[in-house]
Amino acid sequence: MKTAKQLSVFLENKPGHAYNICKTLGDAGINIFTLSLADTNQFGLLRLIVENPETAGELLKKSGVIVNITELLAVKIDNRPGVLAKIYELLSSLDINLEYAYAFAMRRIFLLRVSDNEKAFQILSENDFTLLSHEELFSDEN
Amino acid sequence: MKLENKIWDKAECLSRDEIENIQVQKLRATVKQVMSVPFYAQKFKEIGIGPEDIKSVADVRHLPFTTKTDMRNNYPLGLMAVPKEKVLRFHGSSGTTGKPTFVAYTKNDLEMWSDMVARFLYAGGARPGNTAQISFGYGLFTGGFGLHYGLEKIGSSIIPAASGNTRRQFTLLQDLKPELLVCTPTYALRLIEYMEEEKIPRESLNLKVAFLGSEPWTEDMRLYIEDKLQVNTCNNYGLSEVIGPGISGECVYHTGMHIQEDYFLVECLDPETLEPVPDGQLGELVITALNKEAMPMIRYRTRDLAYLISDTDCPCGRTTKRMSRIKGRSDDMLIIRGVNVFPSQVEEALLQCKDVTPNFLIVLDRPGSLDRSVVKVEMAPAFFSDKMSEMQMLKNRLEETIRSYTGIHFEVDLVQPQSIERFTGKAARVIDNRPKEK
Ligand SMILES: [Zn+2]
Repeated sequence: MKTAKQLSVFLENKPGHAYNICKTLGDAGINIFTLSLADTNQFGLLRLIVENPETAGELLKKSGVIVNITELLAVKIDNRPGVLAKIYELLSSLDINLEYAYAFAMRRIFLLRVSDNEKAFQILSENDFTLLSHEELFSDEN
Repeated sequence: MKLENKIWDKAECLSRDEIENIQVQKLRATVKQVMSVPFYAQKFKEIGIGPEDIKSVADVRHLPFTTKTDMRNNYPLGLMAVPKEKVLRFHGSSGTTGKPTFVAYTKNDLEMWSDMVARFLYAGGARPGNTAQISFGYGLFTGGFGLHYGLEKIGSSIIPAASGNTRRQFTLLQDLKPELLVCTPTYALRLIEYMEEEKIPRESLNLKVAFLGSEPWTEDMRLYIEDKLQVNTCNNYGLSEVIGPGISGECVYHTGMHIQEDYFLVECLDPETLEPVPDGQLGELVITALNKEAMPMIRYRTRDLAYLISDTDCPCGRTTKRMSRIKGRSDDMLIIRGVNVFPSQVEEALLQCKDVTPNFLIVLDRPGSLDRSVVKVEMAPAFFSDKMSEMQMLKNRLEETIRSYTGIHFEVDLVQPQSIERFTGKAARVIDNRPKEK
């Protein structure tokens, strides 16, 4: 099974917090491949894909923020219509929950946080989707 | 050591009627006795109350309160009911504002005090022939001498180690092998820390029971201390303004602290309305001494918050009413949307939730006509989730737990670990931005 590694960061309800996190990474020369931000009035979650999540995670931990690493599925999608609907359909046919998803549009990659990585990986592969490993996200061939 | 259960004094096992009978007689005698103290005489005259008005224990509620301020206003010995020549001992309690307040003891007072302490020590397992290390300060502070007298009365031998010099404490613990230790819970934690730093093996000690008191502590601290020191711990309560340690103490069953009811009448009141709260409900302890000669004390407002326990019997056989640990100070009380809330209740609620650290900050505002109550809580990294739904559930669970402890809704604001200043006093735990009432 191939998975991508996501950094999840806890954000306080404080102006500039997300910016500070991106700046900490930028100052250390760490590129953010893509990100997604979810927030409520009281707190937020910043989800980041970077090339070396362990190093970036340690760096952020040292700056005092809460970080964890989560494995996502990275699915290549082509331009044909209905492809996202197809993914949803396949996952729900096996009762797999899609917790959240976001895209890296430039490379046509869809990042999925599902309740069961193994099962989801299996069924998507069987249906001819291409799934990438973390390293493959950053290789030019994809 | 098997924790045997024996009773020191049959006064600890009387029926409710017998106890109340003793209390009402002693209360009447005390009211008569304090008529010789101008401070009380004047107050009683104003209210128009005398010994003949005390017909039941509940009549204590007609008597006026005594406060720390009254003690200061009558500094140094204005509350004394005997001539100074009859006093055998003075103790004092440190005030936050300079001068201490003094308390005095006659021969009989010291005798009673020894007896009270002996009772709770015996209930916790102290026996003749045991050796006890007292790591409490001796001096104006009542802790050292109080425990000393009680142990002497039981017939345990005493190592008066006093406080501090942790290395020497261990020399005594290892070489004289006491079974009993007397200290503050904080000092017990320090001993554990030292033991681990210096790699002192537990087997080199012979401790069985630690009598911890003189400051508030928690059940979590108990579990930790009992685990690390491999002792049974017993809590005890008292305050120098009333007498010192021994007003109540735990037996081996840890069901709350047995109150020495034949010596003290303990009320539990709502600190705002000063009406009694039902047993089981948190309130301020108000204590009347029933047996004191040198410095009687009528309805002393301790500011200590606890609840009384009367719904269950203790397996030890003592029938005395029990009290909980001290949960906080009534000076800390907040009134939010008409409900009395203590920061210690929020702390207790958070201690139940392993997903956060117990560090918190209460922020109160009044944006319109209603109070807005927020509690900032530090997230524990282990419980952080990348899923919004789980984080929301965590927040809801915290809010629910805090509501069950305080009775009101606090909005939980999750913050980074280490971002709340470590509190050293009550002020740091509450920011009250509400406009002040006239
Ligand atoms: Zn008991």
